Amino acid sequence: MPIRLDIVTPERLAYSDDVDEVVCPGIEGELGILPHHAPLLTTLGLGALKIRKDGEDTFFAIAGGFLQVRPDRVVVMAETAELGSEIDLERAERAREEAGRTLEAVELEPEDLARARARLQKALLRIRVAERHRREGPRHHG
Amino acid sequence: MATQREIRRRIASVRNIKQITRAMQFVAASKLKRAQDATLAARPYSDKLEEVLADVASVLGGEEHPLLAQREGQRRCLVVFTTDRPLAGALNANVVRFSAREIVEHPGELAVVAVGRKGRDALRRMRVPIAAFFLNFGDRPSFADVLPLARLITDDYLAGTYDRIDLIFPRFISTLIQRPELERLLPIRPSTDTRGIPGNQFIFEPDPGAVLEQLLPRYVAIRVYQAVLESAASEQSSRMVAMKNATENAEDLIEDLTLTYNKVRQANITREMIEIASGAQAL
Repeated sequence: MPIRLDIVTPERLAYSDDVDEVVCPGIEGELGILPHHAPLLTTLGLGALKIRKDGEDTFFAIAGGFLQVRPDRVVVMAETAELGSEIDLERAERAREEAGRTLEAVELEPEDLARARARLQKALLRIRVAERHRREGPRHHG
Repeated sequence: MATQREIRRRIASVRNIKQITRAMQFVAASKLKRAQDATLAARPYSDKLEEVLADVASVLGGEEHPLLAQREGQRRCLVVFTTDRPLAGALNANVVRFSAREIVEHPGELAVVAVGRKGRDALRRMRVPIAAFFLNFGDRPSFADVLPLARLITDDYLAGTYDRIDLIFPRFISTLIQRPELERLLPIRPSTDTRGIPGNQFIFEPDPGAVLEQLLPRYVAIRVYQAVLESAASEQSSRMVAMKNATENAEDLIEDLTLTYNKVRQANITREMIEIASGAQAL
């Protein structure tokens, strides 16, 4: 029995389909949701979200989110959700280098430091998700 | 009566104006489509957030968080949304008039946060205290664009600068109708509809309070974002209609001027004929 998964962001409905399993980046570690999960409400961290459907995996890079599990459906509310196949790996690499350079600067206001760190983390996540998509994405399963 | 050349010149200039207003009409029409799509696209997220908030609030009760607690004080903040650019029909005037009435009808300590140049300037002329202003959200505002605004008003509220914050924005009802509306932003009044599952049946990770802590700022931000989107859609549709009217008026004007031009031309010909005829007679 599949479960309904919706991923919504303020700017769009990023995903809506029946799936077999969802693995979310919970704040206290990975969180796998299978059908008939108990009702759950939790905050999500910055991380990769994996969707398994018909033996194929799809990846999303998500940030700033919540997860609501009801008996018949799972809803992920995230500030941003990017599909692995849509991530521009080169742009993410550039963003990582840029954030890295900013962090190397000696004098940084605490605020700038936090911002650069957040940017770096986000770039790293996007790279990770894009690479996982290449490695484990639908194409390689058949 | 004006000379033929003067009238010809006026016709040419009205024709130029018509070209511009027509172009603006079509630009606004295409932007309106995008703005409407963006407004619709934001709805699932905000609906879900509303639902989750109801779930959490039903467990915690109303007064668990400073953003939820009703306050005794009467200091108000109005966040007024208008456009940056002119030529949007009566839209900005309506929003400003609506805000002015709200201010007059509820006297007391008050400040305004203006979003959009037109509203800021109009309210400033009316000597309304402007606490802050935000410009240039543009035609395609992103969620990230409105975060600084949401953070500012949330921080001010938490710091106790205001006891109540309302949004005033032109609600997009249809292409022809945009109505200024007031919406309570803070304190938040969660809906009580938990869609079938009582909140207490949920497992909260790590706990309801922590979820609420994360949830409320985003809830405020999405409400502000929706107001921005509504006013962007209103701006485009109001401009489209205003420019359509302007184009039609220009056409009427060209017609009238052409008629006058022909009359003057005919009168000149007749006069010349008479002059020639009377000249010939004199010989």
